[in-house]
Amino acid sequence: MLEFKEVYYTYHTKEGETTAVKNLNFTVENGQFVSVIGPSGCGKTTILSLAAGLLTPSSGEVLRGGGEFGYMLQRDALFPWRTVEQNIFLPLEVKKRNTPEKRQRALELAEKYGLKDFLKKTPSQLSGGMRQRVALIRTLAAEPEILLLDEPFSALDYQTRLEVCDDVQSIIKSEKKTALLVTHDISEAIALSDKVVVLSARPAAVVAQHKIDFGGNSPKSRRECSEFATTFETLRKELGI
Amino acid sequence: MKNRRPECSPEHLAYLKKIRNNKIIVHVSRVLILAAIFGLWELCAYTQLIDPFITSSPSRIVVTLVQLSADGSLYYNIGITLMETLVGFLIAVVLGYGIAIILWANETVSKVLEPYIVVLNSLPKIALGPMIIIWIGTGYSAIIFMTVIVAIIVCIMNTLAGFLAADKTKLLLMKSMGANKATTLIKLIIPSSLPALMNTLKVAVGLAWIGSVMGEYISSRAGLGNMINYGRQVLNLDLVMTSIVVLCVLAGGMYGIIALIEKKVTKQH
Repeated sequence: MLEFKEVYYTYHTKEGETTAVKNLNFTVENGQFVSVIGPSGCGKTTILSLAAGLLTPSSGEVLRGGGEFGYMLQRDALFPWRTVEQNIFLPLEVKKRNTPEKRQRALELAEKYGLKDFLKKTPSQLSGGMRQRVALIRTLAAEPEILLLDEPFSALDYQTRLEVCDDVQSIIKSEKKTALLVTHDISEAIALSDKVVVLSARPAAVVAQHKIDFGGNSPKSRRECSEFATTFETLRKELGI
Repeated sequence: MKNRRPECSPEHLAYLKKIRNNKIIVHVSRVLILAAIFGLWELCAYTQLIDPFITSSPSRIVVTLVQLSADGSLYYNIGITLMETLVGFLIAVVLGYGIAIILWANETVSKVLEPYIVVLNSLPKIALGPMIIIWIGTGYSAIIFMTVIVAIIVCIMNTLAGFLAADKTKLLLMKSMGANKATTLIKLIIPSSLPALMNTLKVAVGLAWIGSVMGEYISSRAGLGNMINYGRQVLNLDLVMTSIVVLCVLAGGMYGIIALIEKKVTKQH
């Protein structure tokens, strides 16, 4: 579980101070997939950093229900000098947990999600979608409780994006992980999440929260639902675009 | 040749042929230019159009080479200069790398030392020659020291630039996994800056030759720089030219070795 309670965050630079987050309140329940959407530059990445504890709130609290965080970033950030397998082991090495059992577990994950034939390849030999899947398995290899996704699909072309979107959602669901996604893509948020939190422009505060429960569990079936369009319109108006 | 299929279209064959032809033209031209220079030089010297006493000539260089290698002094002098250059080069690269790591790890230290590095970089190192001789003496160590100070500043600056050019997303990834500075250095910074290191080696090897030959000009008892200096004093231009040609071959060879290593180790980058 993850809870933001009256969180404020202020950035300090030489030019002055900027309030990035103002009185932020929302909750991510265990096993929930929550998306945070907001206009560009509203401080979405700040929210993830606060969630992960990389930043400390200026005031208020971020409550974490224990367990670790795994980050998935805008670009896959795979190391080109490492093979797919070595990339997946990276978090184990960094966290000093590079035991045969943990490696075995990571390899099982990789095989389960179709990376078996790619383990000895280098990232440059993989397609953009495949690379993003490797990045997800790398994140999962450290066995995090909560996944923090920072616009992980934004660098992909449209078609790959739809595929990877489905892919990532189904892997996260079947591994029963909790996820917090920040994005500026309304349709992505609706297709993926159990709950969408809409933020205002900077300083970011919660404008509205929507539970999404139509159209089954896959992004694809959701996009085909008639509620998809009406929800999209509602969110678009709330974002003021 | 990733997408090369067994059944090539005629257009593709023509395209491949064009690439091959271009490669041949480049290589042949390179050899021709060298042959033209030496041929013209020899011809002018032979016809007394230029004075071979002052300009030497390719045939006189060959004769000198044979003489010098017969009495073994050629190999002895090559050995000395090669040793000085290599030792100086290695010290400069290793020490420069170490200093770059310290500067990377500590931004404040880096900022404090910046003006010193800038000034040392622009200072003509030969100005330090007399001081080095007085402090360290006139042996190999003085020449190696000269080589090190000529090459090290560029080693530090290039290596540090390579460290600082690490991808921001990858740095954030390391941070999100809770990596400390040492882990980030080992897992990310050092491997990702490998191409920069290879570039540094290429520049440093050239500077090391400058340092060692310059050091030998200032004060030495042996080496190729010493041979050039001695040849100048006794007006033996054959000796000067021969030494220069040998230096060209050695410096080119060393650069070639590094370029080869670079090709091998940076394949994945």
